[in-house]
Amino acid sequence: MEKEILLDVQHLSVGFESYNAKVEKVFFNAISDLNLTVHKGEIVAIVGSSGSGKSLLAHAVMNILPDNARTGGTMFYKGELLTPERMNRLRGHEIAFIPQSVAFLDPLMQVGEQVVGTLGEKARTLQQKAFEHFGLKQSVAKLYPFQLSGGMARRVLLSTSYVAETEMIIADEPTPGLDLKIAIEALKDFRIQADQGKGVILITHDIDLALHVADKIAIFYDGRVVETADTQTFRGDGQGLKHPYSRALFHALPQNGFNLQRCPKCGATCATWNVDEKGMRCGCGNS
Amino acid sequence: MKKGLLKYLFSTVARMLVLLVAVTLMSFLLVHNAPMDPVDAFLGEIVVSEEQRAKIAEHWGLDKSPAEQYVIWVKNTLHGDMGESRTYHEPVTKVLGERFRASLLLMGTAWILSGVLGLLLGIVAGVYKDRWPDRIIKTFSLILASTPVFWIGLLVLVVFAVELQWFPLGLAVPIGKVESEVTWMERLHHLVLPALTLSITGVANIILHTRQKLIDVMESEYVLFARARGETLKQLVMRHGLRNIALPAITLQFASISELFGGSVLAERVFSYPGLGSTAVVAGMQADAPLLLGIALFSALFVFAGNLTANILYGIIDPQIREGGGSNG
Repeated sequence: MEKEILLDVQHLSVGFESYNAKVEKVFFNAISDLNLTVHKGEIVAIVGSSGSGKSLLAHAVMNILPDNARTGGTMFYKGELLTPERMNRLRGHEIAFIPQSVAFLDPLMQVGEQVVGTLGEKARTLQQKAFEHFGLKQSVAKLYPFQLSGGMARRVLLSTSYVAETEMIIADEPTPGLDLKIAIEALKDFRIQADQGKGVILITHDIDLALHVADKIAIFYDGRVVETADTQTFRGDGQGLKHPYSRALFHALPQNGFNLQRCPKCGATCATWNVDEKGMRCGCGNS
Repeated sequence: MKKGLLKYLFSTVARMLVLLVAVTLMSFLLVHNAPMDPVDAFLGEIVVSEEQRAKIAEHWGLDKSPAEQYVIWVKNTLHGDMGESRTYHEPVTKVLGERFRASLLLMGTAWILSGVLGLLLGIVAGVYKDRWPDRIIKTFSLILASTPVFWIGLLVLVVFAVELQWFPLGLAVPIGKVESEVTWMERLHHLVLPALTLSITGVANIILHTRQKLIDVMESEYVLFARARGETLKQLVMRHGLRNIALPAITLQFASISELFGGSVLAERVFSYPGLGSTAVVAGMQADAPLLLGIALFSALFVFAGNLTANILYGIIDPQIREGGGSNG
């Protein structure tokens, strides 16, 4: 039985308008023609290098892009068109966002207060449960963000989605700074939530980590998803992967021997090659 | 903690002393080198013999070297005697006390008015950035910020005192009334225009700073995250906006005391308001060294106290200072 589609992103594009030194309007395209589908009970990992626009994707879905951003394409949530107005009503209630750094916490508000947010008294009990769940002492609730270590801040951020009890979670790099045990614990947590029927988008640069928990992996490159594959495809020799970039990424993993393809003509590693929808080739003109 | 507090107190007092010596020395040198003779200024049109002139100079200690004069002044001041004003023939401390009370009422009213109004309008402008309320408030502030105090004062006088005749032209109390018979309503009636003028000049600065700070806060990542969690604009402003502009607002408010002092000199002149500011002008014109030094000393102390209060409040309010490095446990 096909699972119900929770979020469907079609032909999403994100660009920024700004003015250059000559006060001319210039347009910078960050994401183009991106497609992504998240079913209920599914973890979709979006894997890509730093600066490839992964966070922007999350911000675009949450409708929290800056004013000078221009978006295109359509999104559907539970089969209905997801307009910006609808998103404004859903966020925090049906869709939770876990940001990537301590800078997303108000520097002058105690973190317990921030985790509770505007959710009222019922969230206070949930906040205590969340802290216990992520191994934070209850006294941490009275601390300010500047008093937290990186790992603690990350766990506080995870707690914010825990108390929100949403149907969908978009987590932007939720694990760096956590020690391995808690990182795995946090990922297991996403797994449990997904198994309860929630949808999770896990944005990460760590393909290894994504392989541990995700059902599907979307390989993100330069503002596009070059391939979405089931996690199974990444096992064995990786021959099930369609796009050469995904295959190159797979072969570069430590357990697969750090293999980097080289250009037969100039010898440049494939890390420097140009990638488009169909394939990748070295800039020297040879394929 | 105890040790840190002692060190803080010590350095504060040391800084204050250096400031006071510098300010008074500077004022003394300026008034000493000013191109007017205190005896001439004192006598005005009266003609006296050379001997009498020398006697007056000797009485004031003007025959001694400048260094000696300054040292004598410092010594007496340390004993609580700030000398006698040559213009008012009263002890400087008494003149300062009287004038300061009038000024305090004026500056205090203007200070609170500009602080409250500036903060409110700044928040409105910041929240509605680039929309019509912001455009109106911003234009209004930029015009005010670039207008001199005395000119606003004159304009206010022309409109409200001359044309509409709602308020008196000047002074702090009605002319020809005995001090004891002056009512509070009369004092307030005389206070409105100068206080309004003085607060108008400070308000633009506070509006523009508050607006910019609120815009920065509203564009921060923590407000972004709060938005992603479903907080409404009102909740964002109330929960995060106000909290994060409170500290800069306090600094601004206390730093504005020095500007207020400067502004009061002009505002009091325009409205003939007998406060510290207009007295400073008289002392300068008459080369009244004891009074001028007294005013310089007093205003430096006042401004210093304002900044110190801001520092102390900061330590109480800002958790990053209050709780120091904190625990990473």
